[in-house]
Amino acid sequence: MAYTEEELKKELETKEYEYGFYTDIESETFPVGLSEEIVIAISKKKEEPEWMTLWRLEAFKIWKEMEEPEWANVHYVKPDFQAISYYSAPKKADPNKTLDDVDPELLEMYKKLGISVDEQKKLQNVAVDIVMDSVSVATTFKKTLGEKGIIFCSISEAIKEHPELVKKYLGSVVPKTDNFYAALNSAVFSDGSFCYIPKGVRCPMELSTYFRINQAGTGQFERTLVIADEGSYVSYLEGCTAPSRDENQLHAAVVELVSLDDAEIKYSTVQNWFPGNKEGKGGVYNFVTKRALCEKNAKVSWTQVETGSAVTWKYPSCILKGDNSIGEFYSIAVTNNYQQADTGTKMIHLGKNTRSTIISKGISAGKSHNSYRGLVQVSSRAENARNFSQCDSLLMGNECGAHTFPYIEVKNKSAMIEHEATTSKIGEDQIFYCNQRGIDTEKAIALIVNGFSKEVLNKLPMEFAVEAQKLLEISLEGSVG
Amino acid sequence: MLQIKNLHASVEDKEILRGINLEVKAGEVHAIMGPNGSGKSTLSSVIAGKEEFEVTEGQVILDGEDLEDISPEERAHKGIFLSFQYPVEIPGVSVTNFMKTAINEGRKAKGLEDMPAKDMLKLIREKSEMLEIDRKFLSRSLNEGFSGGEKKRNEIFQMAMLEPKLAILDETDSGLDIDALRIVSNGVNKLRSKDNAVIVITHYQRLLEYIVPDFVHVLHNGKIVKSGGKELALELEEKGYDWLKNEATV
Ligand SMILES: Nc1ncnc2c1ncn2[C@@H]1O[C@H](COP(=O)(O)OP(=O)(O)OP(=O)(O)O)[C@@H](O)[C@H]1O
Ligand SMILES: [Mg+2]
Repeated sequence: MAYTEEELKKELETKEYEYGFYTDIESETFPVGLSEEIVIAISKKKEEPEWMTLWRLEAFKIWKEMEEPEWANVHYVKPDFQAISYYSAPKKADPNKTLDDVDPELLEMYKKLGISVDEQKKLQNVAVDIVMDSVSVATTFKKTLGEKGIIFCSISEAIKEHPELVKKYLGSVVPKTDNFYAALNSAVFSDGSFCYIPKGVRCPMELSTYFRINQAGTGQFERTLVIADEGSYVSYLEGCTAPSRDENQLHAAVVELVSLDDAEIKYSTVQNWFPGNKEGKGGVYNFVTKRALCEKNAKVSWTQVETGSAVTWKYPSCILKGDNSIGEFYSIAVTNNYQQADTGTKMIHLGKNTRSTIISKGISAGKSHNSYRGLVQVSSRAENARNFSQCDSLLMGNECGAHTFPYIEVKNKSAMIEHEATTSKIGEDQIFYCNQRGIDTEKAIALIVNGFSKEVLNKLPMEFAVEAQKLLEISLEGSVG
Repeated sequence: MLQIKNLHASVEDKEILRGINLEVKAGEVHAIMGPNGSGKSTLSSVIAGKEEFEVTEGQVILDGEDLEDISPEERAHKGIFLSFQYPVEIPGVSVTNFMKTAINEGRKAKGLEDMPAKDMLKLIREKSEMLEIDRKFLSRSLNEGFSGGEKKRNEIFQMAMLEPKLAILDETDSGLDIDALRIVSNGVNKLRSKDNAVIVITHYQRLLEYIVPDFVHVLHNGKIVKSGGKELALELEEKGYDWLKNEATV
């Protein structure tokens, strides 16, 4: 190891954010309610070709027939789907607003996360004095990517510019009929990202949907499609550590990954939607469908750090269709106050010699509930399938809950499935031990939580890992009773 | 340096310390001995400020300051160090990372910047060599899967890193092999100076051959029933505690 942890940390703290670039997502506002007319209007607004409009309409028809699922271990007031505007514009900067008008608590949090003043302004729709040179940065990167034949753009642009790819793959992993929220998303998705890596190409940079800052109002019904052609590789970052306050209560995104023969996709997410206040009011409902298809010798790793949202319902999954394909799921889910999370993964072993690994770390504090729900399925023709699952829960205090629901369905005798689960509590003795060494309780908890989450944090790209670590600390602040 | 005056402490309404008086001056080494359950670990926890124990009467005074309202971490910042009888495991947190955090938190309390990485590395190298600790050991999770002796040696490594004013070693010798006992004792002796003090809690005379005490106290039933010089430890080794227990009740 050339660096000490400390040196590394220091360096990263001072390092400028250097993610590739972000895709611009445009939008505008529509009246509330959902109907065929609205679906057509969205499609029209986006100047989509007819095949896309029809695709959306079919999804809408399917959705109308479906019922909202009830099986997750979460309780919430169901959204009124006719009270939602299905097309919302990013807010324009208010010329009269300054940072003094912003909730000081929020500013404090930005400061702790090391977010620059300009970025803070942007997050709060305060006009930025200095124009960030992200446009020129983006152009340079776009050129580098272009030279390698990599396509990275908004999904709207892809629908127009690369219809053959979109037609072939959109809905190929998450069909419109998949579930209630996926159907809804298919009908009304506002925008999202599209990425295609050609055969044999290693994407030279981390691709990211957001440039740390999420543009307000775009996240509601996102649609992401990533295609890694044969033998290619890409690492993709989604989300941002900056707390996102959004007026849209319901978020239902769909992410589809296609990893063709010998290709590899690493997909990392940090999700920090507004979780609601300490009394459990407000907060985002995050119902996401994420799924990857792995062809022969392909690999997909999902890594996620979930700290936000009032209610989270999310199971990034892998369909291990090709022989020797590999699926991985690494997750940290933190719930505090009245948050509820029901997350996990599905590993569907179809091919021979397919392998999957699941490492899930749930941290619950306050009055929150944190559930892991995982399915490992081995089909009859999946010879020698292997799975290893490890689900660890860490509890803080006596009022929170951790629940584990592992489902295993095996139809081939040669399968080897291992499941380990632990539940621990942060002990008074651990805290006192830290205190005795001069570490206060808040910091002690951060240390213990980071230690607990280490296996997953290590899977994140370095820049993301440091931020995620800080985010964990902040999410659990004030949770010591 | 440390004055303990008529200290009474209880847990869950059960009185464990029943009027302890003890004065430790800078430069001194005090040994505390006594039968199992007599309150030795409780006394060290109370000095370190563990909130589980309620001080019902009396005082703990450090450099003239009553510690009553001082939190455990502040006490640590003031130079109190406790080598735990049963060190706690913290999974996923390396010894190095833990020490870095501890040192920098202490510096922060004093208004200092974080210790530069190269100084930290130097300090770690120096102290781990002194205690003959393998570098690989330092990247392992704190106390997780450590053998009994390794845990104790690691406690003294932490002490050496933090250079406390008052070190309390609660049965640090138990679990150490003969070589380790010598190495660890040397480490402790290196820390000794005219400005700091050590309290060693032990059941065995052997440790006191290495770390020679100025005073030996016997704790029984939450009270110091006898104090003396280092020869008292020898006497105890020979006679056990019964004669003192009788003496105390007389
Ligand atoms: N948290 C607690 N709750 C109840 N009783 C306690 C607690 N902590 C200590 N005690 C009791 O207080 C008494 C003194 O315990 P302490 O650990 O101080 O003894 P000790 O002198 O260190 O013993 P040993 O030599 O075995 O380490 C014992 O009877 C013990 O059971
Ligand atoms: Mg003891």
